Amino acid sequence: MSAASAKSGLDFPAALKDAGLAALIALALSIAMLFFRTVDFQGNLILEKRWTLAGTTVLIVFAGRLALNLFWFPRRGGLGLFKIASSALPARFAELGKWMAPVLIVFAVVLPFLPASNRYIMDLAILVLTYVMLGWGLNIVVGLAGLLDLGYVAFYAVGAYSYALIATTFDWSFWVCLPLAGMFAALWGIILGFPVLRLRGDYLAIVTLAFGEIIRIVLLNWYTLTNGPDGITRIPRPSFFGLEFKRFGDGTFANYFNIEYSSMHRIVFLYYVILVLALITSALTIRLRRLPIGRAWEAMREDEIACRSLGINITNTKLTAFSIGAMFGGFAGSFFATRQGFISPESFTFIESAIILAIVVLGGMGSQIGVAIAAIVMIGGLELLRDLDALKQLFGDNFDPALYRMLLFGLAMVGIMVWRPRGLVSSRAPTVVLREHKARSADLVKEGHG
Amino acid sequence: MSEMLLQVRGVETYYGNIIALRGVDLDVQQGEIVTLIGANGAGKTTLMMTICGTPRAREGQIIFDGEDITQLPTHDIMHRSIAQSPEGRRIFPRMTVLENLQMGAILNEEETFGEDLELVYGLFPVLAERSEQRGGTLSGGEQQMLAIARALMGRPKLLLLDEPSLGLAPKIVKQIFSVIKDLNASRGLTVFLVEQNAYHALKLADRGYVMVNGRITMTGTGSELLHKEEVRAAYLEGAV
Repeated sequence: MSAASAKSGLDFPAALKDAGLAALIALALSIAMLFFRTVDFQGNLILEKRWTLAGTTVLIVFAGRLALNLFWFPRRGGLGLFKIASSALPARFAELGKWMAPVLIVFAVVLPFLPASNRYIMDLAILVLTYVMLGWGLNIVVGLAGLLDLGYVAFYAVGAYSYALIATTFDWSFWVCLPLAGMFAALWGIILGFPVLRLRGDYLAIVTLAFGEIIRIVLLNWYTLTNGPDGITRIPRPSFFGLEFKRFGDGTFANYFNIEYSSMHRIVFLYYVILVLALITSALTIRLRRLPIGRAWEAMREDEIACRSLGINITNTKLTAFSIGAMFGGFAGSFFATRQGFISPESFTFIESAIILAIVVLGGMGSQIGVAIAAIVMIGGLELLRDLDALKQLFGDNFDPALYRMLLFGLAMVGIMVWRPRGLVSSRAPTVVLREHKARSADLVKEGHG
Repeated sequence: MSEMLLQVRGVETYYGNIIALRGVDLDVQQGEIVTLIGANGAGKTTLMMTICGTPRAREGQIIFDGEDITQLPTHDIMHRSIAQSPEGRRIFPRMTVLENLQMGAILNEEETFGEDLELVYGLFPVLAERSEQRGGTLSGGEQQMLAIARALMGRPKLLLLDEPSLGLAPKIVKQIFSVIKDLNASRGLTVFLVEQNAYHALKLADRGYVMVNGRITMTGTGSELLHKEEVRAAYLEGAV
């Protein structure tokens, strides 16, 4: 926008201000051009006010301008109308990550109590968090250990069916079944791991893809156990320390706390369950990265032969990556089952694996915050695209926005991969930093040994 | 003093049905620097990898420190005080220098880490300076130093070095070789060195082996081999 900001490198507020300015101009223009329209109403000419159209336009201009400021102009040396330039884009994203994580967590915790939150938003938030958790789980396998897994949904399915079958057969509670489902999924992770121990890259991807399909087809055809395409119904809901979320009867949540029954209680409870599960996944991943096993995963991703020469047991390292990643998939799966109350093989198709993998890749392999943001953008964005009715006013009533949902989604993905080919957060934080050696080393180098 | 650390007895290694090593005998004694020289494709790296267990020897025996390690899996062999700096360096490019070194010490107790780190940073001060830098951003020479340092972090009795001079400037090669000599002289580290750079390798080594087509054809002390007509003709043309 000015020479000063161009020199100092782009800061986020400047980009925001610039986008705001562009939106203001758009607003001024749209009042005359879009907001008012003269219509013939029973012989009189009246002014129709088109709030949505004008508002959408201004929003699109704002978002587009912001995106240009952040991604496009810096690379072009500031060709934009309001010139702002920067070359420190990746560093900025890393900084963003630092304050983004706590902000997101706080936001996630208070979300149910925000005045704007309603049933729809909570349902969407639960969905997004499920994918955040799946993304973090797959991140262990793909991001850390570098094993390209296209069949992650298999473990999601194993978790969901384990919970559904155990809960409906033995009538055990969610909290007992959850670890069991995780264990089953981990077991299947090991079962998948053994045959693919010698495979890498593309070959591994193909086998895992097949594995995902095998699980789904078995679920579809093993009618006596899984009820086939009809799925499993009446899966028990989780209870709050034994208190059920029911309208009537004794020992219900509402009854115990002496509050009026609301269907939102259960939704909010489910929301917190998945939030805690997801945060546990993330915390464990961060912890594991600092332990020998996590370091071995990362080293294996970098160079398997070097790992072997350092005495790392590649077999164990791969199997633990598969099984721990699968375990989190299993947890997410059993949560999915208890939330839906109904599961069928249809929920576990390849597209699910693809979306989870896309979340991990878009987020930047190995980055926790990147994966979370990617999940919000992908799942939330897909959901927002459902609501494209505003476009009808632009293109006429014959325009069916739903048809363009996947197209826009695909375009966005192509865009991200073009501008940020290594994902949103591509920098990798070292797991170990040494401070006390720093001073000494500088001295040695001065002596001319280096 | 001259206790046998590594014995290779009649080792034959195959890649599928293609024979790569045709009955190799080789000894490395405690505290020695032994070098193996030979042309491209002679089987030098294959021998080194066979000692480490990938690929496995089909015939013969490999004895390390009195124990038959021929049939052990690679990671078990590497647990036994053998460290390798592999051909082509193979450092971890996205991990920092410090993390690379930490990987080298992954089998050790945590207490000795600081001490070992001090040792390798003393040997290669440039690594201390680059401690937080990603391995992939180092120069070729620095990467080779890192590969050796990483191997040393495992506190080996026997250090296997595969072509440390590969693609490096003569000055850096000299520096690296002098560090190897230092380690051998001051700490009694036993070194088995596979090299193309026959002149430097033979000058450094106590004893040397010459390999042709998967067989050991000559052996002797470093200076003996250095002055042999066949060795000079085949490997040292124009080098002296």
